[in-house]
Amino acid sequence: MIRVRELTKTFGDFVAVNAISFDVEQGEIFAFLGPNGAGKTTTIKMLTTLLRPTSGSIQLADVDPSVHKDRARRLFGIVFQDPSLDDELTAAENLAIHGALYHVPRKTIVERSERLLKLFELWDRRDDLVKRYSGGMRRRLEIARSLLHTPRIIFLDEPSLGLDPQTRNQLWAHVRRLNEEEGVTVFLTTHYMEEADRVAQRVAIIDHGKIIAQGSPEELKEKSAADSLEDAFLKLTGTTIRDEDADPRQRMRNMSNVWRGGRR
Amino acid sequence: MIAMYVLWLRQIKRYVRSRARLVGSLGQPLLFLLGLGFGLGPVFRKAGQGSYLQFLAPGIVGMTVLFTAIFSGIELIWDRQFGFLKETLVAPVPRVQIMIGRTLGGATVATIQGLIVVAIAAAAGFRVTHLAELPLAFVFMLLIALMFTALGTAIASVLADFQGFQLVMNFLVMPIFFLSGALFPLAGVPKALDIIASIDPLSYGVDGLRATLVGGAHFGIALDLGVLVVTSAAFIIIGAWLFSRIEL
Repeated sequence: MIRVRELTKTFGDFVAVNAISFDVEQGEIFAFLGPNGAGKTTTIKMLTTLLRPTSGSIQLADVDPSVHKDRARRLFGIVFQDPSLDDELTAAENLAIHGALYHVPRKTIVERSERLLKLFELWDRRDDLVKRYSGGMRRRLEIARSLLHTPRIIFLDEPSLGLDPQTRNQLWAHVRRLNEEEGVTVFLTTHYMEEADRVAQRVAIIDHGKIIAQGSPEELKEKSAADSLEDAFLKLTGTTIRDEDADPRQRMRNMSNVWRGGRR
Repeated sequence: MIAMYVLWLRQIKRYVRSRARLVGSLGQPLLFLLGLGFGLGPVFRKAGQGSYLQFLAPGIVGMTVLFTAIFSGIELIWDRQFGFLKETLVAPVPRVQIMIGRTLGGATVATIQGLIVVAIAAAAGFRVTHLAELPLAFVFMLLIALMFTALGTAIASVLADFQGFQLVMNFLVMPIFFLSGALFPLAGVPKALDIIASIDPLSYGVDGLRATLVGGAHFGIALDLGVLVVTSAAFIIIGAWLFSRIEL
């Protein structure tokens, strides 16, 4: 379903993603696991037409997203790391706008909204403004929305970030159910090991822009002779704490400031 | 088309729902109308120029449309920071359509605000003397609205956050308003001001509004319309181009 070969993205001198290759099978839940600044979001942006790769190739169900943007965009749904709902509108309205943007027929929008809102336990609150929603409800609504146009793949970028353990637990239950019921391929990123371990069938560990290991959680544990995926992760990526790096674009800006003589 | 329509509808819904914004944004024109209209009225009359309220009201309508339109365009920064922009940018819709849908929505809102100010002015004693030309006045409001919503969108496409907003207000929007002839007659002003006013696109908008609502054009309705149409088209093209280059 997703086929990536030698994918690279550089920002100036900085290599954000360094020649990564992986495959995601149809109907699979695939997790990209890595510390902050490892290149997870940059990879998702390239897969979802928001960034042009420096080199390498991507196939989403045989479509190259850097060439056929609109065709690729119909294939996937995406939940961004930070919210992208209009909170002055209701949940139903957010879904209706999404449907229209994806050319979903009016009748289908109504039917599918109902199904998805019920699945994500938001049906009773469908006519409330999103600004009255809690963090967990918003995240569920975003996932519901990303599925409205019946995509074959959904990308979830750090979907559990900032949620409390109960909400996270519920969120993953939803994702698994959805994967089973709709057969949708799920590509997610996270830096929580236990989550990757619990929900994903296969995991790729990415660090400093490179994939350093991939396989099922069991294989990874075996490979690194660790008891838990957490230990495996730490063995593979090292235990040093790293500062949250500025994102690549910020680095570019800092760099260009240096070139201009360091004036701020 | 449907994408443009839903984005237009979104702007309208947001406008109708935020009553605080609606009421708040009408406070300023009301203050201008009452404070300036009645405050400077006697002086204006002594100078032999007739009723200042009659002269001022079209200018204040122009001001309201200008502010609302620029702000609707600038709202893009908000969408960018709070996320909704991303939702539209990954959708299988050409960016030009997204930009035009938003711009039409913002322009509609600005035009409605302009109409409300006409009504407020009428309540304060303003009399529309050319009722037959009211539809043409509406066209002028719509053109001013389109032009400045597109300009706001263009500016917002290059600003990453609200830090630059104050700069835009003080060095672009306020001069556009104050130097447009909204508050004073352009006949007989110093040469420098005359030149600036004739570059300012709002001058033609206010002139057109004044000509159609109460009569007495400075530039002439045909020139007003021509300048507004060309400038609106130019701003929409520039805005669409800058919008299509936005990277997240």
